[in-house]
Amino acid sequence: MADSFSINDEMSGRRKFLVAATSVAGGIAGAAIATPFLLSMMPSERAKAAGAPVEVDISKLEPGMLLMVEWRGRVVWVLNRTPEMLESLVKVEEQLADPNSEKNQQPEYARNRTRSIKPEILVTEGVCTHLGCSPVFRKEIAPADLGPDWQGGFFCPCHGSKFDLAGRVYKNVPAPTNMVVPPHTYLSDNRLLIGSESEGSA
Amino acid sequence: MSNLFNSMIEWIDKRFPLTSNWKAHLSEYYAPKNFNFWYFFGSLALLVLVNQLLTGIFLTMNYKPDASQAFASVEYIMRDVDYGWLIRYMHSTGASMFFVVVYLHMFRGMMYGSYRKPRELLWLVGMCIFFVLMSLAFTGYILPWGQMSYWGAQVIVSMFGAIPAVGETLQQWLLGDFTLSDAALNRFFAYHVVTLPLVLLVLVFVHILALHETGSNNPDGVEIKENKNPQTGIPVDGIPFHPYYTVKDIVGVVVFLIVFCGIIFFAPEMGGYFLEYNNFIPANTLQTPDHIAPVWYFTPYYSMLRAVTINFLGIDAKLWGVILMAGSVVIFCFLPWLDRSPVKSIRYKGTYFKTALALFVVSFFVLGWLGTKSPTPLYTLLAQIFTVIYFAFFILMPWYSKIDKTKPEPKRLKE
Repeated sequence: MADSFSINDEMSGRRKFLVAATSVAGGIAGAAIATPFLLSMMPSERAKAAGAPVEVDISKLEPGMLLMVEWRGRVVWVLNRTPEMLESLVKVEEQLADPNSEKNQQPEYARNRTRSIKPEILVTEGVCTHLGCSPVFRKEIAPADLGPDWQGGFFCPCHGSKFDLAGRVYKNVPAPTNMVVPPHTYLSDNRLLIGSESEGSA
Repeated sequence: MSNLFNSMIEWIDKRFPLTSNWKAHLSEYYAPKNFNFWYFFGSLALLVLVNQLLTGIFLTMNYKPDASQAFASVEYIMRDVDYGWLIRYMHSTGASMFFVVVYLHMFRGMMYGSYRKPRELLWLVGMCIFFVLMSLAFTGYILPWGQMSYWGAQVIVSMFGAIPAVGETLQQWLLGDFTLSDAALNRFFAYHVVTLPLVLLVLVFVHILALHETGSNNPDGVEIKENKNPQTGIPVDGIPFHPYYTVKDIVGVVVFLIVFCGIIFFAPEMGGYFLEYNNFIPANTLQTPDHIAPVWYFTPYYSMLRAVTINFLGIDAKLWGVILMAGSVVIFCFLPWLDRSPVKSIRYKGTYFKTALALFVVSFFVLGWLGTKSPTPLYTLLAQIFTVIYFAFFILMPWYSKIDKTKPEPKRLKE
């Protein structure tokens, strides 16, 4: 406690340098030892290896029906749209945030009004772009809870985001973007491959 | 016998500061003599903490942190383990009651200005405890791996994805996978039973240490340390914590335990508020339940998360929601510096502060209620209005607390 032993006064330039150098070296060692622990929390090699494409037979998918497929632990929807459903895509366009799919949420071949390769078949991840819930397929027209303008679409029960039957997001809802269309391709007329764009790369 | 006891204490005191600590923190720790009902909740929070630690340890003996076995292991505890149902209900009810007592404890601080100088750090440590408590509740709720566990976690983890630039990587780092899966369940279990309880214990210790440095505030907001008996140096308006307040707190404990046991034995699910019905369905990664809401203690913040539906200031609605939700909790930390009133306690504050606090409480309850409902346009509008009121309470405080007509604070406590 004596005044003569105040650290600042006693520190010569040499000692100051040594204290600083030791602190820096200690800090680097601390960061180095933290690195393997923090990196151990990233997805493991097994997790990275999972996620092979899935093949779906859509021959039994009637118009108006929705098929749920699991790909990479996520749900992917395959919806066979009726002509009326396709017409609704035009009707709702004014209420949509990104009707022309300008944001990069789909492969190039799905950057069209129906957001699909075949106009009637929609393939999209059934994941709300807000906080990851899976929206509910509400195909009825103008139900009481969704209002008279509802032309059928997907409604997220978590936070009330709305999407049309092409997975395009409405204006003024919490979700910022259209739903993601995963890479997919048709192996034949009724054999759909989700997760890859060519047979070979699977 | 008492001689033996005394010499034993003496033996210990020479090797460990037992008697001096007993005195400093209990028998000669002087607390204001006018504590009322609101001062029960600090010690009750400690009681619930002990309950959670004890029941939690016994639950880990039978629980399996594995996505394919977790749900079944919880049902096994409920049905096949002797008294497993009791231990689990003590733990699940304890989680909700933890928030009940902590919310009342915080509201006490807001009423009587317990966050004001010199107790700013005490308040901040308390806020850290609150953050850890929320993390504990969140990680704990995931463990049964039911529908609400899964989709609740999905929503919370996706919030990190809203952070610009690093969001996606951060989310993968948190999950240890590209989606919410077994890897995440396993690590949330580690957080819930090891990391967070350790941090919580340290913070509680620091909280009490900081409290005993400044001394307790009281319903009059008078600093009892400013009025000490010149001979003894003891605050004239203080009484020793032990036996006066230990005995008082035991009364609080008895009443609390009656309520606690009532819930455990007669309404452990509390009508779906403590344990949600959808969580009795195993997690289904393909389908979100039609109605999803967090447990009651998170619903006010959840309402604010989904209240923003328009993009503004170049930030999209999703990120705004996350900012508001985080902000609604963090903003409590600034209270010591937002309150510019010359007096601490609500007893001497004026109409402006009282009205503001009442509006805040109303908005907290309305937002909480809205958070349990499905979003409709009307409910979203209500949530937006009350979110504004909630934040106005804090943001406008420097002005209304300053121009408020206060009554003079007394120098000493009344009899």
